[in-house]
Amino acid sequence: MTAKRTIRFTINGVRRKLDVEPNDLLMNCIRDQLHLTGTKYVCGIGECGACTVLLNGDPVLSCLTLALDADGKEIVTIEGIGENDRLDKVQQAFVDEGAVQCGYCIPGLIMMTESLLKENPTPTENEVRDYLRGNLCRCTGYMNVLRAITKAAAGGKNPT
Amino acid sequence: MYTNQINTRLLYPSFEYFEPATLEETVGLLAKYGEQATILAGGTDLFIKMKQGLIDPKVIIRIKQPSFIEEKPDGFHIGAATKFRTIEKSERITSKFPALLEAVRLIGSVQIRYMATLGGNLCNASPAADTAPPLLVAGAQVKIVGSRGTRTVALKDFFLGPGKTVLSKSELLTEVHIPMFQERTGTAFIRLSRASMDIAKISIAVLLQLDETKKITLAKIALGSVAPTPILTNKASEILTGKALTTETLNRAANTVAEEIRPITDIRGTAEYRKDVSHVIARDAIEVAHKRAKEN
Repeated sequence: MTAKRTIRFTINGVRRKLDVEPNDLLMNCIRDQLHLTGTKYVCGIGECGACTVLLNGDPVLSCLTLALDADGKEIVTIEGIGENDRLDKVQQAFVDEGAVQCGYCIPGLIMMTESLLKENPTPTENEVRDYLRGNLCRCTGYMNVLRAITKAAAGGKNPT
Repeated sequence: MYTNQINTRLLYPSFEYFEPATLEETVGLLAKYGEQATILAGGTDLFIKMKQGLIDPKVIIRIKQPSFIEEKPDGFHIGAATKFRTIEKSERITSKFPALLEAVRLIGSVQIRYMATLGGNLCNASPAADTAPPLLVAGAQVKIVGSRGTRTVALKDFFLGPGKTVLSKSELLTEVHIPMFQERTGTAFIRLSRASMDIAKISIAVLLQLDETKKITLAKIALGSVAPTPILTNKASEILTGKALTTETLNRAANTVAEEIRPITDIRGTAEYRKDVSHVIARDAIEVAHKRAKEN
């Protein structure tokens, strides 16, 4: 329908160039063209938060974002968190607290937690709940997630 | 034809896409494509409607500007493409206009607020638009630009019905102007919904302005989700104006709000429920606005 356009961006620190159509969504480019399948498709209508990525540091829903919007920007997906085989403190806290059940919502939850702790390193429980209200866990494992985030905020230690 | 097919994973390539660099170019494209064109701002409503097959625009015109918040002697000016998260983080505006902050913080999720825009919320013209009641009580005006020039419209005259505004197909909302609040002015916003991400069952915003003797010199009350558009009420405001706030006037004003509204029963709540809770949230919002007015 419309001609492909070339976009250039950085994803998880790597510079990339892609040819995309105006109707291409960022989520599908990340998953299908770049094969970074950590970013999940669940609802597609902005209700669940599973597709959350950081675009220039802002958490956005990649299922409702045009790939064209990534032009010239920096994207971080779940694959960009931690280093090689070393988990970062948020990921480690999720493991330690058994916050992962089926795991499908976890990439979105981790991305939101990274964003939360960057904006507010010492959130209250209510602030955590409010910040993550757009991320649904079908296994309903919210309490362990909450504990993990509290632990990550305390520098990876269980707050006494 | 792609309509009525639901696939929320992708957008069908059924539209022509433009990303104009200037306002003049945007207006030119709107004039050229008219009925076929849809404006894309944050996309958090438009893309969902497209994915659900509710709309099938032939031309999409992307706007990323104007995005700004300015404080001038005549009040605040907010660019229509300003994202909610930017408004929420602007202490200048949230400290003076807590009702707007209270409304913005209830919109969607954090992710949605990093994407969605003030202009988009108003132009979608949902009766439940969260920013409408606070902006209505503040006496906000909107700037509209089209091929025939620029005009300013009071927000109270902007909405015509669900999804309908005074914007013609070749016009664009560019700016919202919030007049400067006088001394001793307080605002408050309360919304009821089933869960925090849901659309409002009912919402209310109140603005009260007091004189030195604590007498109310200006009272404005606006509600969402109780009529085809967000509305300003008159009778309850009249009851409050010119008096000090007593339990008697508070109750009378709150009960009058319940009498003035004509809500319908829909998927989110019944008309009876909305009427029943309206006087409760009216009373709470008036009290909070009054308290804030005394502190300012």
